[in-house]
Amino acid sequence: MNPVLEVRGLRVVFDGFAALDGVDLTVAEGELRFLIGPNGAGKTTLIDVITGLTRPAAGSVRFDGVELVGLREHRVVRLGVGRTFQTAAVFEELSVVDNLDLAAGFRLPLRSLLRRRRGISDEVAAALETAGLTALADRPAGVLSHGQRQWLEIGMLLVQRPRLLLLDEPVAGMSRDERERTGGLLERIARTHTVVVVEHDMEFLRRYAREVTVLHQGRVLREGSVAEVQDDPRVREVYLGRSKGEAVT
Amino acid sequence: MSGRISLVLCVVLLAVAPLVLSPFRLGLLAKYLCFAIVAVGIALAWGRGGMLTLGQGVFFGLGGYAMGMHLKLREAGPAGLPDFMVWSGVEELPALWKPSANPVFALAAVVVLPGLVAFLLGLLVFRQRVRGAYFAILSQALAAAFVILLVGRQGLTGGTNGLTNFSRFFALDLTDPGGRRVVYAITAAALVLTYLAVKLVVRSRFGALLVAVRDHEDRVRFLGYDPALVKTITFAASAVVAGLAGALFVPVVGIISPALLGVVPSLELLVGVALGGRFSLAGAVAGAIAVNYAKTLFSEDFPEGWLYLQGGLFVLVLVFAPRGLAGVVEAARDRFRRRPREEVAG
Amino acid sequence: MAALANQLPIGLSIAAVLLLIALGLTFTFGQMGVVNMAHGEFIMVGAYTAYLLQGAVGGQSLLVALPVAFAVAGLLGLLLEWSLIRRFYGRPLDTLLLTWGVSLVLQQLARDVFGAPNVQVTAPAWLVGGVDVLGVRLPHNRVFITALAALCVLGVGLYLAKLPQGRRMRAVVQNRELAACSGIATGRVDRSTFLLGSGLAGVAGVALTLVGPVGPGLGTFYIVDAFLVVVAGGLGRLRGAVLAALALGFLNGYLEFWTDASLAKVLVFVAVIAFLQIRPQGMVALRGRSLG
Ligand SMILES: Nc1ncnc2c1ncn2[C@@H]1O[C@H](COP(=O)(O)OP(=O)(O)O)[C@@H](O)[C@H]1O
Ligand SMILES: [Mg+2]
Repeated sequence: MNPVLEVRGLRVVFDGFAALDGVDLTVAEGELRFLIGPNGAGKTTLIDVITGLTRPAAGSVRFDGVELVGLREHRVVRLGVGRTFQTAAVFEELSVVDNLDLAAGFRLPLRSLLRRRRGISDEVAAALETAGLTALADRPAGVLSHGQRQWLEIGMLLVQRPRLLLLDEPVAGMSRDERERTGGLLERIARTHTVVVVEHDMEFLRRYAREVTVLHQGRVLREGSVAEVQDDPRVREVYLGRSKGEAVT
Repeated sequence: MSGRISLVLCVVLLAVAPLVLSPFRLGLLAKYLCFAIVAVGIALAWGRGGMLTLGQGVFFGLGGYAMGMHLKLREAGPAGLPDFMVWSGVEELPALWKPSANPVFALAAVVVLPGLVAFLLGLLVFRQRVRGAYFAILSQALAAAFVILLVGRQGLTGGTNGLTNFSRFFALDLTDPGGRRVVYAITAAALVLTYLAVKLVVRSRFGALLVAVRDHEDRVRFLGYDPALVKTITFAASAVVAGLAGALFVPVVGIISPALLGVVPSLELLVGVALGGRFSLAGAVAGAIAVNYAKTLFSEDFPEGWLYLQGGLFVLVLVFAPRGLAGVVEAARDRFRRRPREEVAG
Repeated sequence: MAALANQLPIGLSIAAVLLLIALGLTFTFGQMGVVNMAHGEFIMVGAYTAYLLQGAVGGQSLLVALPVAFAVAGLLGLLLEWSLIRRFYGRPLDTLLLTWGVSLVLQQLARDVFGAPNVQVTAPAWLVGGVDVLGVRLPHNRVFITALAALCVLGVGLYLAKLPQGRRMRAVVQNRELAACSGIATGRVDRSTFLLGSGLAGVAGVALTLVGPVGPGLGTFYIVDAFLVVVAGGLGRLRGAVLAALALGFLNGYLEFWTDASLAKVLVFVAVIAFLQIRPQGMVALRGRSLG
């Protein structure tokens, strides 16, 4: 299959400290890739570089053959790369529908932006349904719970119809029920999208992951299926070998 | 719906004013309306867009001078020179003044010039992600520099005195109460139209986008929008509105001068908006009119008191009602409405 | 060429005054996010203090005025912080307007107490005149102002580097939450910063009496330029403030010399905007992680 995302030799330095050091990553069309690693491994930094938030010191990121390094954030989004944030960021004063509508409208010309929203587009209605927020459609997003915010963010991502989704710890801080629902949501999305998920939660990983990439201290430590990764002694040592409590949170 | 009723009521009030007010009072009201127009632009940029602009005087001034220059040329003496140039010994009309003789150019310049300056400044500043207080400071520095430039270029701008002594506004005779009534009507119409236009923008998708940029600029980038562009467009729009107000101010008050445009007047434009409520267009309009009315009252009998009042108003509003009077009204209404239901949802 | 060189002490003393004013601003802005528009009125308070002391002490009142103005302006700053600004942390734009309101009131108060016309402070004899060094005329008052500013910068530098209070202050500037978690009483640090910054503005006010008259609007004249120094220098950085004050001081001085005062201000503004295209965070930036 065609690679959608090709990361080569990525290096990111913060004040002399290498947060990423020669990272390669290839994600194929339609793949669901899990990205794991202990805190500070560089997972978020990797997503930041792909989406233009952080400039790398060296290396390249190609999306569909187009170089992303050097593009500004909104350009990357316009090419079809969407992301969520570790702490969900939604627009609290706007209603849930307006949040989604805004996300869906990013290709509209200024002329149409200057018009009022009339009703709810099918796309937004579908996203409301998927995110399970139909009942809260007209409430300000500020009233949503932590879990609901994550779903709203994912919904905002879906209405943008990106070709590649990058989800940064979507189930962190969620209750058990919420994780279940998010997992279901993820499975459904992965059927029709290419997705990269950063996740710590081992139980979640075992249930939903296929291919896994392990980052450690800014380098790729191992790549493979869940079983392969779990059996790798090096991975165990840096990651799973720690006290169970730490690995799970 | 109640909003629409109050709007109609206000329009009726504006329409009745010429019938009940003396020409002098009507002139004052027209002046307040000019400031109210600026306030609409400020409420858009500051309340909706989070851009505290401390340089609105510059755009007001650009509009005012663009209009004033044209009117001056219409009344120019035999040499084709405005009176103040003759007094300061200028012999030939400066190149900068020449296009102003054309009425179409002048009217276009009233809005294009402030819009362009704001667009350029906004683009340079917002693209570099300079924002918040930094932007406020830069806009203030612009106001300071602009005024110093105007004062220093006596022969070109009329210096400290500015442009004054206008007797006609196109076909209208400004010495005649009838002519001044028409000027009032134009100003009132401009305010209503500006208000409606900005209201439409606020309610549009762009309005939602603007709020999103205000609250979470960095997140908006990841929705595929360029926040710098959104802010720049909004800032330019608020400048255009200020320019329009400045242009109307010239026939209404009969003068445009640096003393109206500097750092302090630019800040004064904010007092009314802060008092009325920056998040509400209607609040901003009401606040601007009220504050300027108070200023007239005080300057008539108790000029020193005005500065205490103005300074005190800022402090009191910000401490006790940061959302202004509109915020107070809203809170009261919410409490009144919420009681029966609300607890059910959420 | 000689004229060019003679402009040197003038540029340097403009820079020195800007620096004294900007020091307080950059720390209150960088540390607390407070844009203090009333800072200009602390300059005015310092200048009027010098004026009052001249009547009371006479002769060498200038030397007495420096510490007294520091104390008076500093305490006033403390009062402002404690009574109002404290409630506004996290709302920088609101503090800007709030303190502008305070500044209006203070200006009018000065007008009511001292009258609207300017008053004059007579410089002591040893500050009148100047010396020629290598053909450059160095007026005594300009040299004194420059030395005074240098001394203050040195003092602030030592305070930040050596004293525990100064180190706490740097910690709060860099990361307020972390500093609070590590047991630093951030409220107390904020107040001492305000005291220090406002006090320096008072000292600047005394210095300004040496080069011009004193009036209620004295502060407004300098505050805009001082804020430009803060923006160009980068928040809360001593080195940035020094560099930016020097750059803007000389730019102002020389542009006024080459063109004229009215164009100079516009050109300085254009220069600052151009500079921000290259370094939007200012000359010396604090780095932090945006968006989490
Ligand atoms: N802007 C920044 N400045 C300095 N250090 C940073 C910055 N962003 C991330 N880091 C550091 O880079 C390392 C990787 O961080 P991150 O990518 O957030 O890890 P992860 O998401 O895997 O937990 C961490 O040590 C973090 O402290
Ligand atoms: Mg992370």
